[in-house]
Amino acid sequence: MSITLPVPSIRWLPVWQRHLLVWRKLSIPSLLGNFGDPLLYLLALGYGLGRFVGTMEGMPYITFLASGIVCSSAMNTATFEALYSAYTRMTTQQTWAGMLAAPLDVDDIVLGETIWAGTKSLFSAAAILVVAALLGIVRGPRALLVLPIAMLVGTCFAAMALVVTAISKNYEFFLYYVTLVVTPMMLFCGVFFPLQGLPAPLRSIAALLPLTHAVQLIRPLMTGGWPQHPFCDVFVLLGYAMVSYWIATALIRRRLLA
Amino acid sequence: MSQRNGGAVVAASGLTKIYDGRPVVDAIDLCVKSGECFGILGPNGAGKTTTLRMLIGLSPPTAGKLEVLGFPIPERARVMRRRIGVVPQGDNLDPDFTVIENLSVYGRYFDLRKTDTAARIPELLAFAALESKATAAIHTLSGGMRRRLILARALINQPDLLVLDEPTTGLDPQARQLIWQRLRSLLGQGKTLILTTHYMEEAERLCDRLVIMDRGRILVSGRPKDLVREHVEPQVLEVYGPGVERWLETRARGLCSRTEQVGETVFCYASEEGGLLEDLRKRPELNFLHRPANLEDVFVKLTGRELRDG
Repeated sequence: MSITLPVPSIRWLPVWQRHLLVWRKLSIPSLLGNFGDPLLYLLALGYGLGRFVGTMEGMPYITFLASGIVCSSAMNTATFEALYSAYTRMTTQQTWAGMLAAPLDVDDIVLGETIWAGTKSLFSAAAILVVAALLGIVRGPRALLVLPIAMLVGTCFAAMALVVTAISKNYEFFLYYVTLVVTPMMLFCGVFFPLQGLPAPLRSIAALLPLTHAVQLIRPLMTGGWPQHPFCDVFVLLGYAMVSYWIATALIRRRLLA
Repeated sequence: MSQRNGGAVVAASGLTKIYDGRPVVDAIDLCVKSGECFGILGPNGAGKTTTLRMLIGLSPPTAGKLEVLGFPIPERARVMRRRIGVVPQGDNLDPDFTVIENLSVYGRYFDLRKTDTAARIPELLAFAALESKATAAIHTLSGGMRRRLILARALINQPDLLVLDEPTTGLDPQARQLIWQRLRSLLGQGKTLILTTHYMEEAERLCDRLVIMDRGRILVSGRPKDLVREHVEPQVLEVYGPGVERWLETRARGLCSRTEQVGETVFCYASEEGGLLEDLRKRPELNFLHRPANLEDVFVKLTGRELRDG
């Protein structure tokens, strides 16, 4: 098994461009998902549940929730792209095999998939920001800083998901990762309620998880504040992204270049 | 072309691939010259596809030395692949794209400029006889059309070398003839072709030289006609019908130099077939086909008649 470091190069770009072209062809259902899902969550939970909750951390619940939804959507969008769609391209569709017959390496494909999934997270965050702005929840140009961070969050979760894709034998395998890793993060990393609501041991675990740091970055930016430890948060997300990219590349090399 | 090894497009020595302790390709030597069509033949599991995967840098050899177009492989495989085209065994066309989108997106993989690719597409569509299908979805194409599109796609970068893994498997005779004709026209343009096949007719028609592999080793190599001349008798009679086994025991063995029995058919190989024909005319119950020896006879003699699965 070749565990040498991946060799990133600009050759990821054709992979990304191919995916963008497919996305554009299917953009109407994609956009419906990007706008529709968060809108439903915001309306149902934000207004519905918000009536009973009142304020959270000094802001209306829907405002609190909107920033959380940006993070969980960025995570879910990239995760599902890098699990199901990437797996289809690796196996049934043999898209990667076609790329590997051209002057593209596994390293280029994995990087292209990662950045592409991050781009989809960016689209999703942009859609939610638009919805939130229309609902009057978010205002001010500072919220635009959310976009590059959503891209980083997506890239991080894409690289993690590609590790799972690399060792998967079928689609069912993804349920382990979704149920045991993704869903707990969505529930315990501050998307729906502050970490202070958790018992101390759970809080310490949550502090190690990437989604917590995504929330710590994005929530203040969307609600008129500044993150408390921006460098620490970015460092954690980058760390998860780079280590996962390395592992995913090594595993996919082993799988495809036997 | 400016390759080392005296114009060799592929130079392999002692090329070996071991999976789980078992040699799938066992110390083979290959030398493919510029402008020729080189065939790799063998039964299932002979190591043909693994050999091709090593050639294009998708499978690192366990041992041996390999150069393609002068580049050491797998070290410089990505650069080398800019100058080759690959036709895989399976269909990996992009189902989300139309026919021309498949070509233009593939051009992007080679860093070709959009305008250059766009200028080449009409020519490639004509080559693939798909002019009327330019904007068709992939799932509406027949098997033969898909095969031709995959071949056209492999030409997007104007490669010097084309690597084809069983290019006509699963096609009907008309579709196969069209592919053969296209491959010959590529040879006419001076391109080098390496193909695997288990259709002997395909190899005999297209290949200038070929190797027959079995169990990871090269059994023989040479020009198809030379191989037929060197390894089998020139005349073949395929005989079948009631009583053919008794005829084999009592008459045939004495009248020809070698016989093989496959199911209900007896194959008689001879340099002089007069005696056999005379004998068979007296036995109307036996049907026979008289033909010159071909590559299939060489193949069967060397690799045996037993069925290979997987």
